[in-house]
Amino acid sequence: MKASWIGLIALALVIGCAPKEQAATTSGTASGSGKKLSVVYIPKNTGNPYFNDVKRGFEDACKELGADFTTVGPATADATSQIPIIKEQIQRGVDVIAISANSPNALNQVMDQAKSKGIVVITVDSDLTGNESHRDACTLPTDFSKVGEGQVELLGKLIGYEGEIAILSATTDAPNQNAWIEKMKDTLKEPAYSKMKLVEIAYGDDEPQKSTTECEALLTKHPNLRGIISPTTVGVAAAAQVLEQRGVYAGGPYAKGMGIELTGLGTPDQMRRFVESGVVKAFQLWAPYNEGFLAAIIGTRMKSGELKPVPGLEIDALKLGKRTFTEKLELVGSPLVTFDKKNIGDFHF
Amino acid sequence: MNHVLRHREMIPAVLVIVAFAVGALQSPFFLDTRYLLDSSTLYVEAGLLALGMTLVVISGNIDLSVASTLALVAVISAKLLEAGWSLPAVVVAALALGAFLGAVNGCLVAYAGIPSFMVTVGTLALYRGIAHAMLGAQSVNVPSHLLGIDMAYVPGTVVPVSLVALGVIAFGIGLVLNRTVLGHWIRAVGTNEKASFYSGVPAAGVKVGVFVIAGMMAALAALHINSRLGVARFDHARGLEVDVITAVVLGGTSIFGGKGSILGTMLALLLLALIRTGMGVANVKAEYQLAVIGSLLVLTVVATNLGERFASRSRVKLQTQP
Repeated sequence: MKASWIGLIALALVIGCAPKEQAATTSGTASGSGKKLSVVYIPKNTGNPYFNDVKRGFEDACKELGADFTTVGPATADATSQIPIIKEQIQRGVDVIAISANSPNALNQVMDQAKSKGIVVITVDSDLTGNESHRDACTLPTDFSKVGEGQVELLGKLIGYEGEIAILSATTDAPNQNAWIEKMKDTLKEPAYSKMKLVEIAYGDDEPQKSTTECEALLTKHPNLRGIISPTTVGVAAAAQVLEQRGVYAGGPYAKGMGIELTGLGTPDQMRRFVESGVVKAFQLWAPYNEGFLAAIIGTRMKSGELKPVPGLEIDALKLGKRTFTEKLELVGSPLVTFDKKNIGDFHF
Repeated sequence: MNHVLRHREMIPAVLVIVAFAVGALQSPFFLDTRYLLDSSTLYVEAGLLALGMTLVVISGNIDLSVASTLALVAVISAKLLEAGWSLPAVVVAALALGAFLGAVNGCLVAYAGIPSFMVTVGTLALYRGIAHAMLGAQSVNVPSHLLGIDMAYVPGTVVPVSLVALGVIAFGIGLVLNRTVLGHWIRAVGTNEKASFYSGVPAAGVKVGVFVIAGMMAALAALHINSRLGVARFDHARGLEVDVITAVVLGGTSIFGGKGSILGTMLALLLLALIRTGMGVANVKAEYQLAVIGSLLVLTVVATNLGERFASRSRVKLQTQP
């Protein structure tokens, strides 16, 4: 029986050693202007480098605005994994919840709960499409309606607007992914792209291992594949790895015919070595930093009552300049940037 | 002290107290009755699944398909509501479907003689696969008047109705296990199937029975999650079977069958909920949370096994003493 007690003590130690939270927010020495606003950001999941840049935007803006900032995310990007976290943050009494939503509709009820407590809810990067009334405002990476078109045009340029192409996406129900894929399909119907044929859409679930497997399956199933678009940072990095290992990229040692061109949405840090070695010629993205920066600005201003978003309202976004709310109360972070060998050295995120 | 320690529920019960204390130390936001009760509704589905799972495990089997059963029932019942079926009809249909999916598992185990692990690994993929095929990436909205069962309270209190319902069902299943012939048979089949068969226990029927109960529990959980989230989707409760099995094993039910208790399972679930809520409200990172829950499971299983070995050794000693 002694053993059970040793087990219990060991367990208590394990739990006790988990990092303790810093002093409660109420203990901050509030200056005359009232207590500091607290902002929390909930990414889709932890361990996704993309969201680190969003966080940096929040950190910089909150420092400038004199607000407290924390970030906490779920281990997996499942549709419901953010619900307990939102409840916890409501209980902590935060002022602003910013969230990259994992589901366009499964969060509706808990978001309403947060709003009813007077918390400002801002969606960042991934909106509650079709359920916009359950959040207060949204910051988007870029003008989403141009992403699909931009990606198809970039790949078209790389493969001479001819050949079989495939898409390697994230999860089957990621709202932004599906919107872009629809746009890609529309774009491919235009005469300029009539010789490009979309043969398959694969889903890597934003997991490196699954994305790798899916990419390898694409290569096996479609021997005449000329191009892959992977509009997700995890997917495009995994696909680049596969093309490099198999040497089947355009100009690679085992390329069949003209080889395979890969493009997509990736972060410069993740894609740098593939661009420098020539596995990937060019890819695109926006500045995720801006989304976090903007969300922190509007979240705190809305909480303090300085800002009431209405369509068409122009705001002063500090160092980012001016931004205007769209019909659905969205703010756009930045236009799409194309990274290639020439400019990638200038970007670090 | 030995007689106290002999109870299987001892370890989870002590851990619950530890978790309360640690939770309160970790964050000033933790000890708030209303908040803790509210958060408990997030675990009602896991609780319902764990009740069925406890019976399955005591019978010497395992059901890995419970979360997938939940998803399939959730999708189909939401579709029926959308098609205009009345709520009582949908509840009956959901329970019948859950019972059927459980019976498929049970019959393959009992009559085809396939180990339950293999059968339910298969149906884990199959049931969710059907749900995925039916809905794809879409979700079905639940009619607005059926939303928010998790936010309904017993009048005049802050106690959620769904928590009370879970308690009542747990009590009922506990009675079945401890006070009925069926409960006795379930333990007998789990302890030694052959022996139980020769002593007249309808072993095959008992096995089908526990899987049917597990399926019906999954159906109730499906209705709860639909109302809580307001949508039905194919990926509802994905991976929840791991939490459920964790709760059952933590609660002292022997994974080899024959022994276990409903009270232990419910205490273990409370423990998991307290640890998750406590760490969550203290902003502990998700990866640490996983590590703590994992260590908890390993340590408890080790402690229980060592404890049992000690106990049986001392029994042997006692018996051999002149």
